[in-house]
Amino acid sequence: MRRRDLAHLSDEALVALVSRSEESALGELYDRIGGVAYGVAYRVLRDEALAEDAVQEAFLGLWRSAGSFVPERAKASTWILTLVHRRAVDLVRREQRRRTEPLDGAPEPADGSAEEAAWLRLERERVQAALASLPDQQREAIELAYYGGYTQSQLAERLGEPLGTIKSRMFAGLSRLRELLAEGTETSAWTYTS
Amino acid sequence: MDVHELTAGYALDALDAHERARYEEHLSSCEACREELEGFWSVSGSLAVAAGGPAPPARLRERILEQARSERPNVVPLRPRRLRPRVLSAVAGAAAVAALGLGLWANSLSGDLDAAEERLAILSDPNARIVETANGEAQLVVAPTGKAALVVRKLAPAPAGKDYELWVFENGVAKPAGVFEEPGIALLSRRIDPGQTVAVTLERDGGVNAPTGAPLFTATT
Repeated sequence: MRRRDLAHLSDEALVALVSRSEESALGELYDRIGGVAYGVAYRVLRDEALAEDAVQEAFLGLWRSAGSFVPERAKASTWILTLVHRRAVDLVRREQRRRTEPLDGAPEPADGSAEEAAWLRLERERVQAALASLPDQQREAIELAYYGGYTQSQLAERLGEPLGTIKSRMFAGLSRLRELLAEGTETSAWTYTS
Repeated sequence: MDVHELTAGYALDALDAHERARYEEHLSSCEACREELEGFWSVSGSLAVAAGGPAPPARLRERILEQARSERPNVVPLRPRRLRPRVLSAVAGAAAVAALGLGLWANSLSGDLDAAEERLAILSDPNARIVETANGEAQLVVAPTGKAALVVRKLAPAPAGKDYELWVFENGVAKPAGVFEEPGIALLSRRIDPGQTVAVTLERDGGVNAPTGAPLFTATT
């Protein structure tokens, strides 16, 4: 199938094509989501080779099992990013890399900015602003969990807080983010690049 | 520990393997957690967007496609064609997904490739019309050709021995247009003309020739 034909399809339609072993659909999904996927994998793993592995394994998982998706309720892009993130977290826990490294903030994108759609940059800024507006303890719990790859039990230990406190912070933080991010944009159009 | 409390940790991938397995098992039977997870997952998707990080090396795309190619099955398995339009738990095109506001994806496309392709064509047709049913729990998507699919968002799976049956009203007479069993995307076996009404009733397994009960929902194009 030609790329031009794929451009107007939704991510979900592309996943349907991937389930029929349509390679060009996998390529199109990578073109739409691969940059963000690699970015988050790199943030968690802090290592180029491992980040590549995480993205590759997640996309190949999609290739092998697109036809047997359990229809849980998320967009296809969210689902793919979940696959990538989970893979990255599993790898970081295995590698124990980040134990010795400081957890700093979001790195500046290296050279992807020029090609990056403007709205993706805006969306990133919007989410970062929402994160920044959270109470410090909630933000810390979410960042250490999602970007640091810590389990909630490890977080409790690291922060010297009861597990219940950590869970409450993650829940409160995610709930607040959900509210903040729902304002303004009903559809996040960032995967629709056509 | 209450397993419901694991939703945030699950959405952030902050559970250990044991907790993760336990939560996933719980998820299969807890509608409230599935709904909450839906919202939290969209947040974690946003967190991924906000991660920043460098651009991937150009070779990664080719690496992935090369590996995929080497694993590609030579023949897409074709299964015996089903006689009735079985609802897949979802193919979705731009129109339907935008309208649904929630993600659905292909559960299984192997059952009936032709029907799957037709659904895909209808749902991704940029000129398709979308009509909400009266109760707002389903949407009818009609391609300019008259081919149509009903995207059912909320509906309990049909009880044992029953099916949901689709109807198209022609001159006031309900004509059967296929059956389905659960929420998802049902392809109508009849074409829809502008102004026609589509309805769904609960009937005995396999469907009947004329509706026996009140419609569960209706949509008029």
